[in-house]
Amino acid sequence: MKPAVFSYLRPTNLQEALMFLEEYGEDAKILSGGQSLIPTMNMRLSAPAYLIDISRISDLNYIKLDGDFLAVGALTKHKDIENSDLVKEACPLLSEAIRWVGHAQIRNRGTVGGSIAHGDPSAELPCVLTALRGEIVIANVDGSEEVLVPEEFFLTYMLTSLQPDQMVKEVRFPIIPKESGSAFLELARRHGDFGLAEVAAVVDIDDEGHLLNVKIAVGGVNPTPTALEQVEEYLIGKKLTDEVLRQVSDLTQESVDPESDLHGTAEYRRELAGTLTVRALKIAVERARGGNNNVQ
Amino acid sequence: MKKYVGQSVKRKEDYRLVTGTGQFVADIKLAGMLEAVFVRSPQAHAIIRHIDTSKAKELPGVHAVLIGDDIKGIINPITQFESHSAVPPNVAKEINPKIQYNDESVLAIDKVVYVGQPVAVVVADNRYIAEDAADLIKVEYEQLKPMVDPYEAMKEGSPLVQNQVEQNIQMEFHLSIGDAKRVEQQSNHVLKARVKTPRLSSNPIETRGVIADYDNRTDQIHVWSATQLPFEVRATIAHCLGWTEQNIRVTAPDVGGGFGPKGGVHPEEILIPYISKRLNRPVKWVEDRLEHLTSARQSRDQVHDVIVAYNSDGTILSLRDEFVVDSGAVNFFGFTCAYNTAYHLRGAYKIPNYDIKSRIVLTNKTPNVPFRGAGRPEAVFTMDRVIDMIARKLKLDPVEVMKRNMIQAHEMPYDQGILVKDGARLIYDSGDYPAALNQALAMVDYEGFRERQKELKKAGKNIGIGISSYVEGTGAGPFEGALLSVDSTGKVIAHLGASPQGQGHETVFAQIGADALGLTPDDIVIKVGDTAVLPFGAGTYASRSAVNAGSAMHEASLKLRNKVVAIAGIILGTLPDEIVIEEGKIFSKENPSHFLTLQDIYKRSRPAARPPLPSEIEPGLQVTHYFVPPTVTFASSVHIAEVEVDKETGFVDLQNYSVVHDCGTVINPMIVDGQVQGGIAQGIGSALYEEVVYNESGQLLTGTYMDYLLPTSMEIPTVKKGHQQHLSTRNPLGVKGVGEGGAISPPAAIANAIVDALSDLEIVINQLPVSPSRLRGLIKEAEKKQSTILSK
Repeated sequence: MKPAVFSYLRPTNLQEALMFLEEYGEDAKILSGGQSLIPTMNMRLSAPAYLIDISRISDLNYIKLDGDFLAVGALTKHKDIENSDLVKEACPLLSEAIRWVGHAQIRNRGTVGGSIAHGDPSAELPCVLTALRGEIVIANVDGSEEVLVPEEFFLTYMLTSLQPDQMVKEVRFPIIPKESGSAFLELARRHGDFGLAEVAAVVDIDDEGHLLNVKIAVGGVNPTPTALEQVEEYLIGKKLTDEVLRQVSDLTQESVDPESDLHGTAEYRRELAGTLTVRALKIAVERARGGNNNVQ
Repeated sequence: MKKYVGQSVKRKEDYRLVTGTGQFVADIKLAGMLEAVFVRSPQAHAIIRHIDTSKAKELPGVHAVLIGDDIKGIINPITQFESHSAVPPNVAKEINPKIQYNDESVLAIDKVVYVGQPVAVVVADNRYIAEDAADLIKVEYEQLKPMVDPYEAMKEGSPLVQNQVEQNIQMEFHLSIGDAKRVEQQSNHVLKARVKTPRLSSNPIETRGVIADYDNRTDQIHVWSATQLPFEVRATIAHCLGWTEQNIRVTAPDVGGGFGPKGGVHPEEILIPYISKRLNRPVKWVEDRLEHLTSARQSRDQVHDVIVAYNSDGTILSLRDEFVVDSGAVNFFGFTCAYNTAYHLRGAYKIPNYDIKSRIVLTNKTPNVPFRGAGRPEAVFTMDRVIDMIARKLKLDPVEVMKRNMIQAHEMPYDQGILVKDGARLIYDSGDYPAALNQALAMVDYEGFRERQKELKKAGKNIGIGISSYVEGTGAGPFEGALLSVDSTGKVIAHLGASPQGQGHETVFAQIGADALGLTPDDIVIKVGDTAVLPFGAGTYASRSAVNAGSAMHEASLKLRNKVVAIAGIILGTLPDEIVIEEGKIFSKENPSHFLTLQDIYKRSRPAARPPLPSEIEPGLQVTHYFVPPTVTFASSVHIAEVEVDKETGFVDLQNYSVVHDCGTVINPMIVDGQVQGGIAQGIGSALYEEVVYNESGQLLTGTYMDYLLPTSMEIPTVKKGHQQHLSTRNPLGVKGVGEGGAISPPAAIANAIVDALSDLEIVINQLPVSPSRLRGLIKEAEKKQSTILSK
């Protein structure tokens, strides 16, 4: 479990990082928190000739409000999100989801940009970003930027549209209004494992409990995190009756195509996606009804 | 007299362990040391056609590359460990064993028989270069049909894992008392079931590791190994390499967990010394976690087919069990696990008609060895599922069926009518199983739980409670020794053969010695894990160290005390009987203010002309004692698990776990509690999470911790512990073993609790682990069955 030989490059600013990418991009890997890359290198599942360690670039570590968005720098650590009052205020769904990312040790090192760029379909941040219809800001070597939405960015298992000479610069989570209710649910075999299925949901309701707005995405059950558009549309104007929830579960199960693995059969995970969606919606509506979306 | 025994004396070893200053194999660095890496088989069963090592040998920094052909006829294969496999003649007469020879070459010769088997070894300046070179070795394989399912492996004409082992059945035996078949025919209630326990990996936090340092001048070799059995490693190196045993010194330094699989001898422990001598350089190999999961010995993997006859009141009349142990590619430990299963199966119950057939089968998987519990978790899972199934068939509370069949306190010592593996009669020496059960039921407020269960059921919540009990033969022989001496500073130095893997030997043996000698634990330095000092030693396994080494320590301390008081009597001019030793002060009862120290006794004990010692006293303060137990001593326990099952997702929330256990005299309550908690953690692992999985081509699917799920602290509740102390009658301290016990009952207790939580669905759980996906499948099946019945 020792990596093959590689050269190590450590840019001090974004400019320099992009320069290295331009020169070595095809043979290089960006090292950020290293929580996914280093194990694959140690197992010799990947053997990049160059490692570009961007962890010392200080100006990509921030959480700030930017218009309708909560803008998070690519090098922001999961732990910083977890501890941020601003995130709790502006995007409680993100606060709730971040605790499901691995273990404390992983959250201490893992970065937001790394998680997004890795493109793991069961990762929590891509799921939240997909539900909220957030944005990914990408830096090009010529200094220009591109803004992509999740469905453009996440292509399939562990594959994104990011090119070898591009880098994730910022991730933009839409601010969740105070009167909305949100919930993130995940079930994993053990605390900290990759989820068998996970759901991120945000709702707005009227005084009678009719749904006015629904944003919902599932993770871990498709090759990419998936916005449940059919469910969203179906729910508008409805109350969460038993019959409606049954329909939600069916629609969810139709929208996912999980794979079987040692931790669960495809059939099980499909059903679980439905169950968790129903439960997440109930919690989100409950929180919206309380007019208090405080996530404990 | 007992001052320190019974106290939670803080562990002497913890300062270095918690400050990161312990010394494990990986911490040892020798000048000029090279590092080894193994190329392992990616095939489960294949002929080795060709191995090209030329590119690897050319890589700068590589010192040696060896393959099977290089050691053919030079290194003897590892065979069954006679110390563990021998069947005593009287046992053989009773069980009529059929045994076929099997072995493993330390590097595969001609064919490979499991994924992870060592095929080549590379030695280089460092591990990075060694791994680069390993990547350059090309092996051509010709695939053979892998044997993955033991039942298929046993079929006539199936491919053989080892050519000389016919039908792949390495060993079989038959144990029978009474007439189970006849009883079944006459009984109104007969239950048949197949109960399976999964294959497990042991996962010590420290992986395996070996360093060997050959000395050309003396022809001696010093081997450090992360082993539970330094003496067995020494003997096996001598056997495999044909070296003089006295020239081999094996040291077990700090060892970070063993659990059994560090108790066998692995190929690497033979090869690394061989290479060190060949290159005349120190060589190190430290197993990485991927290697550990593929290549370190595994365990369990039994399938039981039981037929049980019982009365309508729940009394069990007979038990017949044909079980198969899937031992993987080699069985090194003979009938150890299988016979443990056979003689432990009835546990705390009286079952007069008892018939066991066992077959140990070879398959193309990593070889199995004993692992914490060694055949007992399999037995207890089978037995306690049977108890639970009987209760549900009869619509009785499982507690009632348990009590109906339990051995009563007044029946102790209780003769189970068969033999222990060591040839002694199977007689439980002490214990009160019904009292332990009652104590455990009180701890969990069993009646209250049943009330709460009814209430919550109305609210749609499914909580359940499950019980398991076991009786465990602990403290297996053959012996353990202690060599005690006093040095010039007045410290007592004790060398013991049983070396620890974290259990706290340095503390508990010092507690025992302190009480016997009238000293404090700080006056006694415990030295363990080195074959250089004691001529004989066995090791730490089978919940045996406190019993065997503890008793040896006690007896040796008494011998040393005799010598100390004899010399003190001479100095003080009193009879030895008049001498008192307290907290290191040695004085005559008559005159406590005039005292000697061990240092004074040491000075006087030295050979000298003036003043001389009386001729009947040998000079020096050194004694040795070997303790040989008459047979095992029986610890016991009752475990109760409380769960809540989420029917819709199949998730199990383990809400409470309680245990009442009896390990005789408790030497150090803190350490005992730790052992119980840790054992239960591993038991919970096998109940809910852990399983080594091979696919139909014999490929390992659980090669990393993403797929082999070990429970973490987040999954393990703090266990509520209750104690009983029924002293052992088979050693001077009254102790029984406690190391393995915790791991034995959780699978049965948790499975029973889940079944109880879903009692309206009448599901049956006879397979582990109970994963959410598996459980949800069972729930859906049961719901479907019920709705069909309702619609009819």
